[in-house]
Amino acid sequence: MNRKMVFFIIGRILLLESILLGLPMAVSIYYWDGGQIPLLFSMLLSLALGATLTRFMRPDSQVIYAREGFLITGLAWVIISVLGALPFVLSGEIPSFVDAFFETVSGFTTTGASILTDVEKMSRSMLFWRSFTHWIGGMGMLVLMVAVMPNLPGRTIHILRAEMPGPTMGKLSPKLSDTARILYLLYIALTVVELLLLLAGGMPLFDSAIHTFGTAGTGGFGIRADSVAGYSPYLQWVIAVFMMLFGLNFNLFFLLTMRRFKSVLRSEELWTYVAIVLASTALICWNIRPLFACFSDALRHAFFQVTTISSTTGFSTVNFDSWPSLSRMVLVLLMFIGACAGSTAGGLKVSRVVLLFKTFRREIRHLLHPHSVTTIRFEGRTVENTTLSSVATYFALYMGLFVLFWFIVSFQPGYDGVSNFTAVAACYNNIGPGLNLVGPAGSYAGYSPFVKLVLSLAMLFGRLEIYPMLISLMPGVWLKK
Amino acid sequence: MRIIIVGCGKIGTALIGALVREGHDVVAVDNRPEILNRLTNQYDVMCLPGNGADFETLSEAGVERAELLISLTSSDELNMLICFLAKRRGARHTIARIRNPQYNRSSLDFLRQQLDLSMPLNPELLTAQEIHNVLQLPAASKVETFSLNSFEMVELRIKEDSPLIGHQLMDLRDHFRAKFLICVVQRGNEVVIPRGNFVLQSGDRIGITADRSELWKLLKQTGLARRQSKKIMLVGGSRIAYYLSKRLQSSGSKVVLIEVDKTRSEQLHGTLPNAQVFHADGTDQERLLEFGLLNQDAFVSLTGMDEENLLLAYNAKIQQVGQVIAKINRDEIVQMAEQMGLENVISPKNVVVNVVLRYVRALENSMDSSIEKLYQLMDGKAEALEFVVPAPAPFTNIQLKNLHLKKNILIAGLLRNNAAIIPDGEDMILPGDRVVVISGQRKLKAMMDILQ
Repeated sequence: MNRKMVFFIIGRILLLESILLGLPMAVSIYYWDGGQIPLLFSMLLSLALGATLTRFMRPDSQVIYAREGFLITGLAWVIISVLGALPFVLSGEIPSFVDAFFETVSGFTTTGASILTDVEKMSRSMLFWRSFTHWIGGMGMLVLMVAVMPNLPGRTIHILRAEMPGPTMGKLSPKLSDTARILYLLYIALTVVELLLLLAGGMPLFDSAIHTFGTAGTGGFGIRADSVAGYSPYLQWVIAVFMMLFGLNFNLFFLLTMRRFKSVLRSEELWTYVAIVLASTALICWNIRPLFACFSDALRHAFFQVTTISSTTGFSTVNFDSWPSLSRMVLVLLMFIGACAGSTAGGLKVSRVVLLFKTFRREIRHLLHPHSVTTIRFEGRTVENTTLSSVATYFALYMGLFVLFWFIVSFQPGYDGVSNFTAVAACYNNIGPGLNLVGPAGSYAGYSPFVKLVLSLAMLFGRLEIYPMLISLMPGVWLKK
Repeated sequence: MRIIIVGCGKIGTALIGALVREGHDVVAVDNRPEILNRLTNQYDVMCLPGNGADFETLSEAGVERAELLISLTSSDELNMLICFLAKRRGARHTIARIRNPQYNRSSLDFLRQQLDLSMPLNPELLTAQEIHNVLQLPAASKVETFSLNSFEMVELRIKEDSPLIGHQLMDLRDHFRAKFLICVVQRGNEVVIPRGNFVLQSGDRIGITADRSELWKLLKQTGLARRQSKKIMLVGGSRIAYYLSKRLQSSGSKVVLIEVDKTRSEQLHGTLPNAQVFHADGTDQERLLEFGLLNQDAFVSLTGMDEENLLLAYNAKIQQVGQVIAKINRDEIVQMAEQMGLENVISPKNVVVNVVLRYVRALENSMDSSIEKLYQLMDGKAEALEFVVPAPAPFTNIQLKNLHLKKNILIAGLLRNNAAIIPDGEDMILPGDRVVVISGQRKLKAMMDILQ
């Protein structure tokens, strides 16, 4: 194994993180809110570690294989979270390191689950950093590194494949670094558009930035106790629509810029996703209609809650925990489905769900007509059996790990089954709020440090789609030459 | 620049590797997903599953923005069709592999014109040419001819009894009273551009540039030259064997051809009436001796199996045939062959890669640099580049010994008024010269890049 290369790339990631910490630093200097010293210290520490690693771990050979790709990704995410947690601890705003780690992992993995009981007490720079981690984690730190740092070897694809969500990875251009750049450009462009639309609706600049970061990364950290409930309906609609957009496969946006509209309209995943969102909205809207005075409110709240959960963001406009159990059940289901592959969202991903259903259908047809030949087509192409079986395996593993996490979390005294179940579901699928004690009005503060660490792990497993974390945790992989 | 490669077999894959290393945007199209999977893991390319002649696949590959499309599928006709369509869809240049000898006769020019092909690519013909070149100059493993045929570079291996051993390079010229330059040396796996105090060892592979007549003088004096091979035995009746036999016969050599398949051997005899064709298993030593292996000047193994070619060549070497050439495709077996002391190994894959790379470099240069021609030396570990110096520049009118060149750069030859000059430290580059620069591993774009 090319250990030097693993640490060399981690070193680069740390250099990048120290640069990225500059933005909250600037915010902190602007508001002079006491976050400067902790942020400066974190920046310098990250810089020093990064410089040391890139200096002393200069690899003899740049060749890496899938194994190194998984390890780099898994390790990098843990390390950036540890360093990203430092400003919170040092500023004393989240004194416990475990809490700060949970919060940062929740930020980078775009989960949005919080241990804060009173978010409005936080300083501006810390709130900014918390939400900025969403934006970085949404598209991915490693993708950013490939986009901005030149001269990486050809096999970088192993790293990106480990970080980018979805069953298969499609390149947008022949060179990986160009692909990463295109993705980030699209990401930035969409972010700017949302920011402008929010500003146009009268939201202050700071609030707009926070909510745009939360939406773009499909994270969901807000700055108010009631999330976005206090903002105008226009602003809520803007956020809802953008949550849905950020849940789409970014390849589609690329195709749009290339003026290949036909290819976009033919995307099966896109239509399935839209259908899921519309159907759930209609169902919930009908279900909660009696709770609201006018239809437009019910529609808005239903649509907002559906997009926030299906795109795995986690903002809320109402406390949906008080909704009828049918609506709550639909929302929990949406948690698992998630949004499209190649988006910033979490969950199983719509394309996997579609492939799973097609596999089930084929299996049943096969039972009825044992000699029938059936191929599965998706997005206009025949899907290979290896892809199908890897999707099925992923699903089994996904559910297996979910049960394991649920089991461990259940040791926590004082929490009911629904809370535990949805807490794990919300972390694992990178959503944020669950139901009952961890609902939109509650927080994760009451869990023991051990459970918080387990939930942090669940978030990382969910964001990186299991394998990178699983492989990084296997000691045998590290010991192998 | 954007290059689309359709058909990713052995040659396609090798080409992709080389083009990616050169920094091009490569799109690979193939209808075998397992091959594309391997490619994406190995190289920074975009892979598209599909048929290259399919309109949608072509547009998805971005054919309208492509500088070059290379079609290498197993079918000549499909390659022609793909290139035709690509050209119509806006690809600037197209290269098609056309290997059927029937298309490679008089119809080739017509095809090329009608399809607007930039270059037809016939790997077997190119390989045959390469082997023929080597057979023409028996001491060398490779010959490159620079501009206007006036000077050449040969690659050869230093034997234990060579008189070149033990002298510093700067003394060699006086010693042999010939104007030549040893411009690149491969020792083990390392390629260096030697300085004047470099001392050669046995086993080194060297590149010598000299004027053609001087080169012969040198080769004779050093005992490196041998009689040109006139009697040649070929084992394996592939297309390469066919092309090679034709060339050899037209240059007056006698060819003995051994082919294991009966119909194929009859076919060969039909098309090569002057060759002696035997139907036999070439791996049978008895038979080879019976057909006169020991009387041959040269032996070339051309069967479809790398391993077989390696062993056949090794056997011929042990039997002390003057010159032994093996066709070997896989890189690791090429290395093995070198370790077994076989100097002349020719890999069709590398031959094609060199030709295409040269073409691509030329395309690039026609856009943004002044390189006239490019030659790959020592299996691509070093390069020889030809520049034209049109006007006075910081490096003209200065004696070469006073020029501050980058490391691993050497001025190997000057071409002034159609005369070749093998320069020494006193010579200088003048405006209007053609200059041959040898560069180890460094990618040069312009003549200015040679200076520190």
